[in-house]
Amino acid sequence: MNTFLNRLMGRVKLGGLLAVAAPILAIVFAMLITSVVLIAAGKPALDTFGWLIDNGSQPRSIVNIVNLGTTYYLAAVAVAIGFRMNLFNIGVDGQYRLAALISAAVGGAAVLPGVLNIVLVVVVAVAVGGLWAAIAGFLKVRRGVSEVISTIMLNAIATAFGSWLLIEHFGTVNGNAIATTPIPDNAHVPAAAIVPGTQLGINTFVIVAIVVGIAYAVVLSRTRFGFNLRATGRSEPAAVASGVSVKKMVLITMILSGGAAGLIGMPELLGSSFTYNTNFPAGLGFTGIAVALLGRNNAVGMAIGALLFSFLDTSSDILQLHDISPEIVKIMQGAIVLSVIIAYELAHRYRLVAEQRRVSRELLEGAAA
Amino acid sequence: MDHPRAPWSTVDITVCHQALRKEEAAIGTATVTQPAVELEGITKRFPGVVANRDITMSVAKGHIHAIVGENGAGKSTLMKILYGMQRPDEGDIRIDGKPVSFHTPSDAIAAGIGMVHQHFMLADNLTVLENVILGSEPTKGGVAIDFGSARAKIKEISDAYGLGVEPDTLVEDLGVGARQRVEILKVLYRGARILILDEPTAVLVPQEVDELFDNLRGLVREGLTILFISHKLDEVLKVADAITVIRRGTTVASVEPKSVTARQLAELMVGSELPSPETRESTVTEVVAIAVSGLTVLSADGRKLIDDVSFEIHKGEVLGIAGVEGNGQAELVEAIMGMRPSTGTVRVGLERRAESEEEGTSASEDRDHAGRPASATMSMHDISAWPTLRRREHGIGYIPEDRHRHGLLLEAPLWENRILGHQTQKPNVKGIWIDRKGARADTQRIVFTYDVRTPGIEVAADALSGGNQQKLIVGREMSGDPAVLIASHPTRGVDVGAQAAIWDHLRDARAKGLAVLLISADLDELIGLSDSLKVILRGRIVADVDPANVTPEQLGSAMTGAGEAQ
Ligand SMILES: Nc1ncnc2c1ncn2[C@@H]1O[C@H](COP(=O)(O)OP(=O)(O)OP(=O)(O)O)[C@@H](O)[C@H]1O
Ligand SMILES: [Mg+2]
Repeated sequence: MNTFLNRLMGRVKLGGLLAVAAPILAIVFAMLITSVVLIAAGKPALDTFGWLIDNGSQPRSIVNIVNLGTTYYLAAVAVAIGFRMNLFNIGVDGQYRLAALISAAVGGAAVLPGVLNIVLVVVVAVAVGGLWAAIAGFLKVRRGVSEVISTIMLNAIATAFGSWLLIEHFGTVNGNAIATTPIPDNAHVPAAAIVPGTQLGINTFVIVAIVVGIAYAVVLSRTRFGFNLRATGRSEPAAVASGVSVKKMVLITMILSGGAAGLIGMPELLGSSFTYNTNFPAGLGFTGIAVALLGRNNAVGMAIGALLFSFLDTSSDILQLHDISPEIVKIMQGAIVLSVIIAYELAHRYRLVAEQRRVSRELLEGAAA
Repeated sequence: MDHPRAPWSTVDITVCHQALRKEEAAIGTATVTQPAVELEGITKRFPGVVANRDITMSVAKGHIHAIVGENGAGKSTLMKILYGMQRPDEGDIRIDGKPVSFHTPSDAIAAGIGMVHQHFMLADNLTVLENVILGSEPTKGGVAIDFGSARAKIKEISDAYGLGVEPDTLVEDLGVGARQRVEILKVLYRGARILILDEPTAVLVPQEVDELFDNLRGLVREGLTILFISHKLDEVLKVADAITVIRRGTTVASVEPKSVTARQLAELMVGSELPSPETRESTVTEVVAIAVSGLTVLSADGRKLIDDVSFEIHKGEVLGIAGVEGNGQAELVEAIMGMRPSTGTVRVGLERRAESEEEGTSASEDRDHAGRPASATMSMHDISAWPTLRRREHGIGYIPEDRHRHGLLLEAPLWENRILGHQTQKPNVKGIWIDRKGARADTQRIVFTYDVRTPGIEVAADALSGGNQQKLIVGREMSGDPAVLIASHPTRGVDVGAQAAIWDHLRDARAKGLAVLLISADLDELIGLSDSLKVILRGRIVADVDPANVTPEQLGSAMTGAGEAQ
């Protein structure tokens, strides 16, 4: 049914120009909200946006935006896979952290040479993410435990389990930091310095993200499996009657979502940190939820959302120079997600009215002719 | 005692209107009182269709007013507008002469309008009492739910209108007729003086229909006004005081039941004659298509919902199952489809199916068995352990009783709904890929062949009227020439014209060897289409009936167990 939740989850589509107009409207609205906050804090609103854009369009920032966006995008896809089936995998966060830790340890052990080691690291990460998510899937299928609850718990467990693994098994103490053995040089994902004006390179893992995005879109909309997944998300009883084994779907989808989550830490691990340590970025799973909502679980929409979020996060550094807290962009990100939801809602109503006008006009013309 | 602020008490209903009903002649004639409902110039457009076009009608107070019209004519839309679920684009609504404008159903409820939807909306695991007060819980001192006063009030209403509803029974233990009375009671509890019933009789067997009509007559005697939609024209003529006919979104006639016959009414609606479900000559063969034996289904608490049911259906045979709804029909069907655990065996006759899988030939080719000496290649396979998908792949079609729950993805476009249940079959898929082109083309075919009224195949299924959704499902399940069709209420909610068309399709397929398990509350349909009939009561087959020598009345009493020797 054309309900709010269905529109929120992108199960009801908005076609044509409106699909573009709605998010732009939302961003404008979010800027308004942010301006109000800035002005209330006695800061110059327009200038702030100017600084953000200035800084964000620097060559080195562009590279950083793409790199961070890659990570955000993978996180969003991981979340969206579940969303499309009405599975709320809140556990993406724990899944990718555990996956990054274990795969970092495997990579550091350098059991395979060069590129093969990269492949091994990625495979291990996907497997760990998938397996960790499978626990939640299994609990839901066997015991009827809500995946929301179990994945939140599993996040906490992943944190504790991860610390224990790092401290007791995989980590070596270096000063006051604990880190896994670094992955050897020959197994680093190269960066491509293709943006003129900066030495910084774009992490070639972006290609993997693009492939994942395309695969996500194609599998969902063009394959039998994708059909079954969407059907289950839309109506479980109807899916059952059509011959879909919902339990199997829950398990598979959870594993796919977790597997994709396993990729989230890879650009960082294979492209810049080469080791898992206590400073490894956390909380990306939650960014993924926001980006998935922003992009309405749509492959292209999420890409735009991921870039927008990483633009804000990257360019906000400059604000400190102007004595503005960079956290203002967090407010803006929140405002964007909220206003996108509202804007889509408005666009839907507008479309309905416009369509009705068109029908009546055509009818009038038909009557006159 | 702190009563809820319901705009209602038993007393004010009973007072005045008994005398009025007699005085009010048909609509249109001048009446002493204000009409209860006046709709003027109502227009409602949806993308691609005009559901209501300048509708004007008036409903006299204390009348049972029927609204008839073919599928997609705009009946439900009009009622939803009156109930505040949809806003009209143009037009005025007056209740008791006062102009109103409803934004939500709560506005309509506050104005004394209640609606019972075609699909019941009761929570199974709650009691009648809990269901009735859900959403308008009376409280004691503002905090605790005041069950005592609610129970008293339910009793009061139930007694006042002879509904016979017991507040403390669980809804899941009630049959459809009783559930419907609970729905009505729920609406009355909220203070409705104008009742809208959308196809209330579609799920009821004749006795229940009679009971319902007695209840309705009781309600109007107390001064309530009832609007009801139905496709069963005989019933309409029996119970209505006035009839409005809607065709393609506009009112085409307001008639008095005394002055028309069902045939004339059908002609007004669709411009065609009343169909008859008579089967012509028998096409039953010797070959068993599906054999069920010792099928037993247990409920969660171990009761037998289906108790040792056995039957065989031959190729070219329609086996009808007669029974009051809620006697195990749904469970029987779900067990045969593999959607529900059961014991006992289900076997199907498979011919050349197994071969074709090896050869990889197209499914539609090898199912076309018309005129072949089928027995030569036929063998029985035990499918009891097969999952639903495999059963469907092997040519078992399924028309579910609840089209919204089991038959459709409401927010998906029609062509995706064409794929549903046939995700592994041509022309919907090629290997692991969805064949969009094939599915779209075949949806177009179904829309054309089954006369599904829709602006296109890209619209979402919930944009279709109930009857048109049903036609789409029937068309889908008949595609690819199934060997066995499990059909629950195949013509539920479709208009008389479409009903005849569906019957024709079923007969044609039967002549080509289709075996049908037919479950229906429409006894004429059941008797007319079936080659043999079994009566189900409390999960057991209690009688075999020869459809050639039974009247609907006899069948009806067999279904309630009246003739059963205990
Ligand atoms: N939400 C909607 N969006 C788009 N079109 C709709 C919507 N609801 C109804 N329609 C269209 O409006 C028309 C009237 O539909 P309605 O449901 O009122 O028919 P009906 O008379 O109740 O038919 P039925 O006897 O089949 O139930 C149909 O053409 C239908 O496709
Ligand atoms: Mg309807």
